[in-house]
Amino acid sequence: MNTGLGNNVASEDAVSSGSSSPWRGFTPGDWTDSIDVRDFIQKNHAPYLEGDDFLCGPTDRTLKLWDELKDLLAQERAAGGVLDADDKVVGKVDSHGAGYIDQSLEQIVGLQTDKPLKRALLPYGGLRVAAKALQAHHREMAPETADIFLKHRKTHNDGVFDAYTDDIRAARSAGIVTGLPDGYGRGRIIGDYRRVALYGVDRLIAEKNKILDEMQNEEFTEEWVREREEIVDQTRALEALKTMAAAYGCDIAKPAQNGREAVQWTYFGYLGAVKEQNGAAMSFGRTSTFFDIYFERDLEEGKINEAGIQEIIDHLVMKMRIVRFIRTADYDELFSGDPTWVTESIGGVGEDGRPLVSKCSFRMLHTLRNLGPSPEPNLTVLWADKLPQPFKDFCAKISIETSSIQYENDDLMRPYWGDDYGIACCVSAMRIGKQMQFFGARANLAKAMLYAINGGVDEKSGKQVAPAFDAFKGEYLEYDELMARFDKMMDWLAKTYVKALNIIHYMHDKYCPEHLMMSLHDRTIFRTMACGIAGLSVAADSLSAVKYAKVKVVRNEDGLACDYQVEGEYPAYGNNDDRADDIACKLVETFMDKIREQPTYRNSVPTQSILTITSNVVYGKKTGNTPDGRKAGEPFAPGANPMHGRDRNGAIASMSSVAKLPYDQSQDGISYTFSIVPKALGKDDGERVNNLVDLLDGYFTNKGHHINVNVFDRETLQDAMDHPEKYPQLTVRVSGYAVNFIKLTREQQIDLINRTFHGAF
Amino acid sequence: MYANCSFTNAAATELTMPGAVPGPHTEGVVETIETCGAVDGPGLRYVVFTRGCPLRCQYCHNPETQGKPKGDITTAEKVLADVKRYKAFIKRGGLTISGGEPLMQPAFVHAIFKGAKEAGIHTALDTSGFLGARASDELLKHVDLVLLDIKSGLSSTYKDVTGVQLSPTLDFAQRLDALGKSMWIRFVLVPGLTDSARNIEAVAKFVAKLKLVDRVEILPFHKMGEHKYEHAGLTYNLSNTPTPTREQVETARAIFARHGVEAR
Repeated sequence: MNTGLGNNVASEDAVSSGSSSPWRGFTPGDWTDSIDVRDFIQKNHAPYLEGDDFLCGPTDRTLKLWDELKDLLAQERAAGGVLDADDKVVGKVDSHGAGYIDQSLEQIVGLQTDKPLKRALLPYGGLRVAAKALQAHHREMAPETADIFLKHRKTHNDGVFDAYTDDIRAARSAGIVTGLPDGYGRGRIIGDYRRVALYGVDRLIAEKNKILDEMQNEEFTEEWVREREEIVDQTRALEALKTMAAAYGCDIAKPAQNGREAVQWTYFGYLGAVKEQNGAAMSFGRTSTFFDIYFERDLEEGKINEAGIQEIIDHLVMKMRIVRFIRTADYDELFSGDPTWVTESIGGVGEDGRPLVSKCSFRMLHTLRNLGPSPEPNLTVLWADKLPQPFKDFCAKISIETSSIQYENDDLMRPYWGDDYGIACCVSAMRIGKQMQFFGARANLAKAMLYAINGGVDEKSGKQVAPAFDAFKGEYLEYDELMARFDKMMDWLAKTYVKALNIIHYMHDKYCPEHLMMSLHDRTIFRTMACGIAGLSVAADSLSAVKYAKVKVVRNEDGLACDYQVEGEYPAYGNNDDRADDIACKLVETFMDKIREQPTYRNSVPTQSILTITSNVVYGKKTGNTPDGRKAGEPFAPGANPMHGRDRNGAIASMSSVAKLPYDQSQDGISYTFSIVPKALGKDDGERVNNLVDLLDGYFTNKGHHINVNVFDRETLQDAMDHPEKYPQLTVRVSGYAVNFIKLTREQQIDLINRTFHGAF
Repeated sequence: MYANCSFTNAAATELTMPGAVPGPHTEGVVETIETCGAVDGPGLRYVVFTRGCPLRCQYCHNPETQGKPKGDITTAEKVLADVKRYKAFIKRGGLTISGGEPLMQPAFVHAIFKGAKEAGIHTALDTSGFLGARASDELLKHVDLVLLDIKSGLSSTYKDVTGVQLSPTLDFAQRLDALGKSMWIRFVLVPGLTDSARNIEAVAKFVAKLKLVDRVEILPFHKMGEHKYEHAGLTYNLSNTPTPTREQVETARAIFARHGVEAR
């Protein structure tokens, strides 16, 4: 089975020999003998420590292509969000031939279907879901396609609902767990797309075959059979990837020869993934500094200039901006603004202390100037104390101009995930090519607290959702008793929730596997079961109110606790006051412990995130009055944010509270969104840049994990609500991602505007 | 209750705490804190707004701090302990004490600044200068920067705007200059109240003679404090006053420039 091809390519000679060798001039290492992109980067990258003076503006070709694309994007908006959708051909890696925006201009090619912004039909996740998504946009699935899935092929969604328990169904419809990936692709897997460029697909297939060969005599287990089948399917996906690239005239069997090919080959790897899967988050990885190594060689060889390099990056980013999936109305409400989380992680520092910042780190961020602000790709800067100062300043500058960057704490994550991890979706770190996660949406802790008070009865429907037990009968809530009840309720919630996730991921692997993405992984994969919580600040403040003020219970005619009167003041989470912050930390830890007690599918390691995306609005809608004084239906704070308006000591106190939440108990990430008006950040641009850098340095020194930075005036948003046509590119960072403000529902727009704008007064 | 409380220099002096030796246990009253101050001195700053102010500025956006310092008592030690929690953020910034008028509580301010300097934190005093005489040389030793509001250059206008006399502020500025203290001079531009050319000119002329002014800021009037008047049952006289236009700010800047002062 072993073709031996890998060994030929991998010899040290290949690295140093001949002007036609794809690896000419590269420093050899472990990466030449085995698939190890990290080692390639470490052996070959040179940190760039200077400033942004070298950058170039967009070329004429870029401007022209972007104009054409902007026109298409305007048409897409005018068409109600979906310009075109395939209703017949089932999307696969090689399902469609070549498609172009304008072939004469595109330096990086490849579309998900045959036309730009035409959404693929991907029914493996669920036939009904795919049909409903088409219907939401006034289309019908072709009967012959529907027929195949109705009669011959079961889907992920069918499998999940075959196995769901009564508990899970009740919890799901009550909204105590919401957003489960049972009706859409789970996503949050990052293929190591760089492997396509560095090794070429033939070498990758050869490596897979080698594994198959080596494992022939291993003992039988179900996992072993499954693995063998998966690996063979992965090689098929890789073959299909070659076919897909060939339609664009590219032979990706062999490694990339130069920077443009490195970008193109890597993008083909990614494109194959988004043709095959409509995962919620389809992230890109950590590619900038990898690309830079090729471009540095090109520059040395005199083959390209700066404008040419920037053009290639700009064209790649245009492609990343038009990744599309067709979604149901429910999904759109939950994750507003048509997000795809094409997350690219930039910067960070290596384990040896050398910054992983390159000129391409700058070039990638510079696309926000060349093409204007945009929610996608989800540009994520991995911030570290040792990042070069000019790079920190540049990031802050671009943040202030575009509000399109999120930041995550590299110094905090590196000890867990090394120096070649990428962020999937918003805040989930994973070692690229070595790790994946079973995405698990989130459980609603605030609602669980209400169930604890009402003996498992839902405060909105009056239905018994959790197992019945005595409801709280007293007049005033009492802290120790509430905690004891809440603890018990969290036991039930964790059990029900993780069981649902186990079913979902079992069925996803079975009916909707990500063969191409997994083909760009090692054999041994570290899997996490990525749970999550919503309503942390509501739950923490409620407990603080009960502990430090008095909370009187108001009951309806059925005796159900339906409202709460807070008498006196209580310390709220978000003021850097340990009394409240400790409660929040303890909640995170407690729920995590309960998740850890659950058995998990495929031996995955349980983690959790404190992240809501825009679902804080939906969660709020589904949750009654809470003991902190929040009224039924009011949105929760997003992610780990304190509740709007309760943080009274300024933004830094607020983010200091968030920074206390323990990352070791929330390894899937802790999201914090920070919005400030420009005037409050400093008197002029120079001051604003310095102050934002200090803010980020301080937050991350204090072990904050993630921060979205928005710098704009409230009036801008208000105007954009009324005149969306004036703001086609207005980008706003929401919990863990960014959206086009004008694509949000009106409700979410209002929520965003009402949220604390630090420094408004 | 503070609204009718009228201050003369003599009345203000009665509020000092003679003989109090500033230390960790020195008590004071704080109205509020802002942990993310970015406009009251260089860099990111922890800003303590103390209670109590002898002035009655018509545009005051913290009217609740006017009058005598009253409210929950805290200590310098407690304030400092809180400030130090933010050291990672304020490394290029520091601590600003604002108000109200910090010099209503000179011993408290002195003790905080002393502790801050011992902890290596940059210190700024934001003051109207009206009570400058209460800042001892010893206190000022612990101050890196004074943000001095010169709310008007003409005595009559100053009295009209603030309810008190101008001369103590000018005296304080000259004393700071003689002591070698860095200053930022701040002037609030209020259309119809402080924007006459003569008034601006008088500020500019005075500032031009000072040696240690690092920065002059023209702060355009805003009405963000208006709702607090309503809340406190006070009368707000500037409801109909517009915020200055860009041109008005430019005109003021030009007047400063004519006297060799670059105003931001």
